[in-house]
Amino acid sequence: MLTATGLVKRYGNHVAVDGISLEARAGEILGLLGPNGAGKSTTVGLLAGLMSADAGSVRIGKADASLDTGALKRRIGLVPQDLALYETLGARDNLRHFGALYGLRGALLHERCAAALTLVGLADRATERVDAFSGGMKRRLNIACALVHDPDVLLLDEPTVGVDPQSRNAIFENLELLRQRGKAIIYTTHYMEEVERLADRIVIMDHGHVIATGTLAELLLRLPGEQYLDLGIEGPLPIEELLGRLRALPGIRDCSARAQGVRVVAQDLQAALPALAGALSDAGARLTALATRRATLEDVFLALTGQALRD
Amino acid sequence: MRPFWQLVRTDLRLYFSNRRALVMNLAAPIVIAAFFGSLFGPHREDKPAAIPVAVSDQDGSALSKAVTAGLAAESRLSVRALDEPTAIGQVRSGRLQVDIVIPKGFGANAGLAMFGARDKVAIAVHYDPSQYVTLQLVEGLLAQAVMQETGKSMFSFTGDTYTQLRARLRDNTAMSAATRQDLEGILDRADRLQARQAADPAAAAAPGAAPQAGLGLPYTLQADEVSALAGVPYNSYAHSFAGMGVQFVLMMGVELGVGLLMMRRLGLWRRIRAAPLDKATVLGARVAMAALASLGVMAILYAVAMGVFGVRVQGSWPGFIGVLLAFSLMTASLGLLVASLGGTPEATRGLAIFLTLILVMLGGAWIPTFIFPAWLQQITVFVPTRWAVDGLDAMTWRGQGLAAAGLPILGMCACAVVCLVAATWLFKWEE
Repeated sequence: MLTATGLVKRYGNHVAVDGISLEARAGEILGLLGPNGAGKSTTVGLLAGLMSADAGSVRIGKADASLDTGALKRRIGLVPQDLALYETLGARDNLRHFGALYGLRGALLHERCAAALTLVGLADRATERVDAFSGGMKRRLNIACALVHDPDVLLLDEPTVGVDPQSRNAIFENLELLRQRGKAIIYTTHYMEEVERLADRIVIMDHGHVIATGTLAELLLRLPGEQYLDLGIEGPLPIEELLGRLRALPGIRDCSARAQGVRVVAQDLQAALPALAGALSDAGARLTALATRRATLEDVFLALTGQALRD
Repeated sequence: MRPFWQLVRTDLRLYFSNRRALVMNLAAPIVIAAFFGSLFGPHREDKPAAIPVAVSDQDGSALSKAVTAGLAAESRLSVRALDEPTAIGQVRSGRLQVDIVIPKGFGANAGLAMFGARDKVAIAVHYDPSQYVTLQLVEGLLAQAVMQETGKSMFSFTGDTYTQLRARLRDNTAMSAATRQDLEGILDRADRLQARQAADPAAAAAPGAAPQAGLGLPYTLQADEVSALAGVPYNSYAHSFAGMGVQFVLMMGVELGVGLLMMRRLGLWRRIRAAPLDKATVLGARVAMAALASLGVMAILYAVAMGVFGVRVQGSWPGFIGVLLAFSLMTASLGLLVASLGGTPEATRGLAIFLTLILVMLGGAWIPTFIFPAWLQQITVFVPTRWAVDGLDAMTWRGQGLAAAGLPILGMCACAVVCLVAATWLFKWEE
């Protein structure tokens, strides 16, 4: 549906976006994940036609955006990071205003407004002023305003900032419904949990570059193991010698020292656990704590960049 | 065009929904215009406060006393007799605005000095530098009193000056005998005329009788107010509403430009930019909205001026509407240009305040432009706010025809076009 190729955007000497390529398909949510300053919002701006790229191109279907920006914009709905609403107008009036900017009028505009309000669960609050809404309701209306002209592609720039869990779930349900309706959705966030839950495919960005692309499973395969075990250990052996013994065990990919013990990355938990218990016993070490967790995008990002996603 | 009008309609709705700002935009100019109108109007029952002036009479002659009495009789002055040091102290402290010092020898020399026969004495005038306009008025009144009293003394053919003149003729050895005889003959005939008039005052006062001796001003002053129509008095509120309306609407227009920059910082701007609208549509809609809001505010202001303060369009209604339209368009365009030049709301607000104050001041909305120095008055001819004020004045209390509105309308429209072109060129459209 939407294809970006080799996008570059410079601000003076600073390269905000450096050769980014991505594709959002119909009926798919593409998660754009990266820390603050990674270039996500600039990328969204380029895709939405808010700014011109120094290099690269954006296509929707076969249409080149640079040849007809207006046509491109009519097929895209943008949900800005900040609330983009007229607070002193009613919910429906906001929708009517933004619908009219896309040339809608009359019965069609009325119908689209009603549909957008229903989708986000605000049909019964249509006439109320926006400044009387809760933060979550405003966020939902913010999305509805981007849908009123029925775009093929929806760009969401961190749409859940400051939203309570209940409203966040409501937004996720809205997006899943839109995916079922065949919309191509690009969802930018720095919350890995949101991408893990929503995205069919994920693009990880850092410093203006795409550093990884794929489904969640594909990205996790880039890690040495799927399970992480944090062990609290007391014993007579020096830590380096203990780590050497553990690395030689079956089902274990890597080991590293931690403040109160060691972290073990296991490829096969079923094989690794009995082997670990035996090795510790042989070394005269006592297991004081055990915590396990599944590998996450945070681990992928850490493995790829050497820094935490939230740094 | 639908997106364009949608932007205009929504912005207008938002503007008029901000009731506090709207009340300020309407109430402030009405209150201030009413205040200034009442202040400068000529039909007030209470007279303006008399200017506090001191006269330091160091001469003590009959002439200096007569001049002092003449000044004291002037209703625009409140005259006190003080010695010079005391008077200067009071001028310095602001209790007096002017001190007039009549020096020794004034009475003895003034009459002859009038004919160049003696050196002129110097009358010192100590004044408060913050009251320069007052000084000009006092100088005028002083000249009037001195001329009147000196003339009386000189041409009444009595008193010291007259006696000195006869003595100078008698003692002048350089003068030929024939000349001396002719001049003394003139004085003798004047003596006989005065003696006859003194003997029969009723005959002297009869119609067609010979004029009384003594010098007075060669005219009487009759103030004639030139307003729109004969018999229609000048309404000072007409000018004050023009001035205050122009000032506040200009500020409003510039503030709407700042609002555009504020919007750029919000998601709203991204959403509007994401819509299939070009720069001209978005900026044009903003200008149209600001122009319509300005026109609405000016219309309400003049409705109040007409309904409450009796202001009337004595000239051309089409001209009046044309001036309002042109001014509204100009102020909206100017607001956009300021927004384009300023870049950020903070920078633009400072620039806007500076520009508004300068334009309003030079436009004559606060104080009359005739008070300005000549070079500054020439500059004000090119100030758009002056065109607006002059145009509104011409169509209201001056009662001018449509032709008189032409130049202000053309000037403001040209200014609007220049501002629009420059603003569109300078406005930073992309992020």
